[in-house]
Amino acid sequence: MTLTEQYVAFTTIVVKEFMRFIRIWVQTVLPAMITMSLYFVIFGNLIGSQLAPIHGFSYVDYIVPGIILMAIINNSYANVVSSFFSAKFQRHIEEMLVSPMPNYLILLGFVGGGLTRGLIVGVGVTIVAAFFTELQFHNPLIVIFVTLLTSVLFALGGFVNAMYAKSFDDISIIPTFVLTPLTYLGGIFYSVEMLPDFWQSISYINPILYMINAMRFGMLGVSDIDVTIALGIISGFVLILYSYCIFLLRRGIGIRT
Amino acid sequence: MSFSTSLALSISGLHKTYPKGIEALKGVDLEVSEGDFFALLGPNGAGKSTTIGIICSLVNKSSGQVKVFDVDIDQDNEKTKSFIGLVPQEFNFNQFEPVGEIVINQAGYYGIDRKTASLRAEKYLRQLDLWDRRKDIARELSGGMKRRLMIARALVHEPKLLILDEPTAGVDIEIRRSMWEFLKTINKQGTTIILTTHYLEEAESLCKNIAIINNGVTIESTGMKSLLTKLHAETFVINTDTKIKKLPDSGQYSFNLIDETTFEVTVNKEQDMNSLFSLLSEFDIRVLSMRNKSNRLEEMFIHMVEQGQL
Repeated sequence: MTLTEQYVAFTTIVVKEFMRFIRIWVQTVLPAMITMSLYFVIFGNLIGSQLAPIHGFSYVDYIVPGIILMAIINNSYANVVSSFFSAKFQRHIEEMLVSPMPNYLILLGFVGGGLTRGLIVGVGVTIVAAFFTELQFHNPLIVIFVTLLTSVLFALGGFVNAMYAKSFDDISIIPTFVLTPLTYLGGIFYSVEMLPDFWQSISYINPILYMINAMRFGMLGVSDIDVTIALGIISGFVLILYSYCIFLLRRGIGIRT
Repeated sequence: MSFSTSLALSISGLHKTYPKGIEALKGVDLEVSEGDFFALLGPNGAGKSTTIGIICSLVNKSSGQVKVFDVDIDQDNEKTKSFIGLVPQEFNFNQFEPVGEIVINQAGYYGIDRKTASLRAEKYLRQLDLWDRRKDIARELSGGMKRRLMIARALVHEPKLLILDEPTAGVDIEIRRSMWEFLKTINKQGTTIILTTHYLEEAESLCKNIAIINNGVTIESTGMKSLLTKLHAETFVINTDTKIKKLPDSGQYSFNLIDETTFEVTVNKEQDMNSLFSLLSEFDIRVLSMRNKSNRLEEMFIHMVEQGQL
């Protein structure tokens, strides 16, 4: 395929994905807004107003970056895992597999769809947050960079999950038992410095900690972790997962017999 | 139109062993000329769909070589895929997408811009009588319409080789015949067609050449006429205008009385029909109408089964 043809094929998948989740926006976009609004109301305003500032920021200000990122993580992941698994389940993934699209283009198309939903929901939650606090952007470039990398990383994660999944149960196990605990324990609602030494050390194994702290640095200018290291780790995970997805597609695991 | 002698498809020594050790293909060899209308037949589980899956890169082969328009699928898979349009046996489109979008998106996967894709989608959806249903969700279509949708989708990138895996399964006779006419037309326009079907009448009336696969190997690959000349005998059903008093018992032909005005007669390929009619006249039997008991390819199949070839 020529570059122009590849561009057409890529945009076809992304637009198709966009249309898919927008068509069912009540299931895909709205719930994140409502859930995050509840976080801001309960943890930010009601409970947060009773708490002492963290690193000089009110509690609601402190949790905003993490909550926005959590919405991006969940939606980027959910979009790819459900869409790709559904394509596998209904066998319309074959429409792409018989076409001359190279594997990386199929992957980028689905990741593009996940990124699009992640960003739309992220912007939506940011707007919701603006009703509860005065948003700050200490370093907008870092915010953009972290947002994009995190969204891509979890879209890739959703892709791996979907490749291996054999039933609808399989696509909910990872989000429920891995993703949600890691996100909650990634320092959205607290600074790791508040934890005992042992749990601090354990927390540093959690990749989501690095993303949330990088995002927090971009918005507030404070972080438990060196931002350069955080960005390096996120980029490293993106490269590893991307390579793994390409390996899975080449081997045809779960999609070719 | 005249056909060139170059090959649209060439398969040699194709093997496929599935992970649990099931050997689906044990050495399939096949050649399909450009412009051909080719039938790929065989009983259930013979290996037809696995062969098609390998040609279209949906199944990984264990060994062997597949070339599409002289391009090896291992050397330039993207190019070979761009030559092929596939109509699979099972419905494999998004049931929740509108009909028009399914066809347009498929063109997009081949790098065809949306404007061209829309024009082609209109062309093929009109030809297949689906244009009025273009905005409907695919799952609302009838079985026959879904089959036609898959044909439109397979044609939207205007492939040189169209592979149809039982395209008329479950389709009523009227629509089946209109699909045959459509396929004949695109074949005349130069598209090579490979067809698998369980309707042997379909294969006999549409295809010029035929291959029969059984137990993962090619057991026959020849011209349709050439295959049918191997047919040992044909059985005809004959209706008469009066009650049959007595059937001939010359031993030349095998007769079987069905009812008082209908009987069957089996004619070996070395026997001629004139002798049969003469014999019937001697017995004062006037033939009102006559038809094949089953179609010739079907009889060939039955003969092969009886001979233990299938």
